Amino acid sequence: MPSLIDLRRRIRAVKNTQQITKAMKMVAASKLRRAQERIVNARPYAVQMQRVLSSVATRVDPSIHPLLIVRERGPESKTLVVVVTADKGLCGSFNTNVIKAAGAFIAQTTEQCRLGLVGRKGRDFFGRRGFAVMFEQIGIFQKLRYQDAQTIAQLAIDAFTSGDADRVMLTYNEFKSVMSQRVVVDQLLPIARAEIDDTSMTATAAERGERLRPAPSEQSRGAASGGGAPRAGDEAAPAERDRGAGAPGVNNVDYLYEPSAQEIFNQLLPRYIEVQIYRALLESNAAFFAAQMTAMDTATKNSAEMIADLTLYMNKVRQAAITREIIEVVSGAEAL
Amino acid sequence: MPIPPNIHLQIVSADRSLVSEQVDEVQIPGADGYLGVLPGHTPLLTTLQVGQLWYRQGPEKHYLSIAFGFAEIQPDRVTILAQIAEKADEIDIARAELAKKRAEERMTRPTVDMDFERARIALLKALARLQVASRARIRS
Repeated sequence: MPSLIDLRRRIRAVKNTQQITKAMKMVAASKLRRAQERIVNARPYAVQMQRVLSSVATRVDPSIHPLLIVRERGPESKTLVVVVTADKGLCGSFNTNVIKAAGAFIAQTTEQCRLGLVGRKGRDFFGRRGFAVMFEQIGIFQKLRYQDAQTIAQLAIDAFTSGDADRVMLTYNEFKSVMSQRVVVDQLLPIARAEIDDTSMTATAAERGERLRPAPSEQSRGAASGGGAPRAGDEAAPAERDRGAGAPGVNNVDYLYEPSAQEIFNQLLPRYIEVQIYRALLESNAAFFAAQMTAMDTATKNSAEMIADLTLYMNKVRQAAITREIIEVVSGAEAL
Repeated sequence: MPIPPNIHLQIVSADRSLVSEQVDEVQIPGADGYLGVLPGHTPLLTTLQVGQLWYRQGPEKHYLSIAFGFAEIQPDRVTILAQIAEKADEIDIARAELAKKRAEERMTRPTVDMDFERARIALLKALARLQVASRARIRS
């Protein structure tokens, strides 16, 4: 049986831990607020960028730019997996989840994988296990800047264009809400046309529906389906898309480019990659603080429970000791 | 071909969304000079330069300073993906004034290791900001 003093010491230790976790929770909460604001503010840009790019991608030939070209995939081809973890722990299963997802991806693909590691935890894990590492970025989350995303984007683009990687995947924690994070495995390069098309299907369909209306032969029907509401195209049904296919001249109108398509793609596509990475970093950062806050909250609760248990136990021990002493005194008195 | 009644203008920069409104007319600092956009414009994709952008809602004109990025123009929609964008009333005039002076100084006294292009762009940015800011002051 532990002595009273030992128990008191133990309770004090747990209390100290509780204080620390409580403080960490508070810090994480305030940092989360800022990180959340940043990601919420950054999302419109990423979304608009994606929309523009998808609208462009449906109209151009992939051969116009190296970043759009999809390469033949075989057992010989190489994949770069960029894994975004945090620099610090004490955040529940946040890092483990990403690492697990990346590990599963590597195990499941037959291609050779090399890694790009962002965040100390991922570096420690994969670095120690002898994976082929292409680059690592440590300590950027303290003060996350756009330049950091640019650096990583440059590394990824270089790897892709030089042929060191035939595709580039991006793995990170997406910030869904304070309570939940979702691990995302996305293809970064080549810029996947099909994927873009899918996500923007509603948008493009709406676009086509709206642009269809002015076509002379369709005018009456278009006006009827439009119903006068300017946004009626939003819930464009497949039927409307079929009609779009029927009038190829209308929906394939190519853009005018200033200065030139080549020039614009040279700027737009790397920028797109940067924005995707920047967004992933911000998502991961916000998700990290959310995870840390939740973890520290749980830790604080657990320590409170532990203190209650220990205190109860300590009181029992104390009472037992008192009872024993009384018995000793009484039996001592009787013996006299 | 009927012309849409107005344009949906959306201006976003890397860290926030600035404008999302129905407007009647927009002028953009495109790659080959300023271009005005009215409803029904042909689809166009352009890079942006340093300069000022304005949009009109009825008789009211709003000014923004803008630097680099892209603009996508559709008949009924304009999307601006700007690297830097500031509304007229957000501009820090003192800072722009300072930046202008610094850039001018560097350009008049060139040194060997100086990046002339950077100084020129800094000057352009400062000028665009000051111009936009001065317009905001006249209106208010």
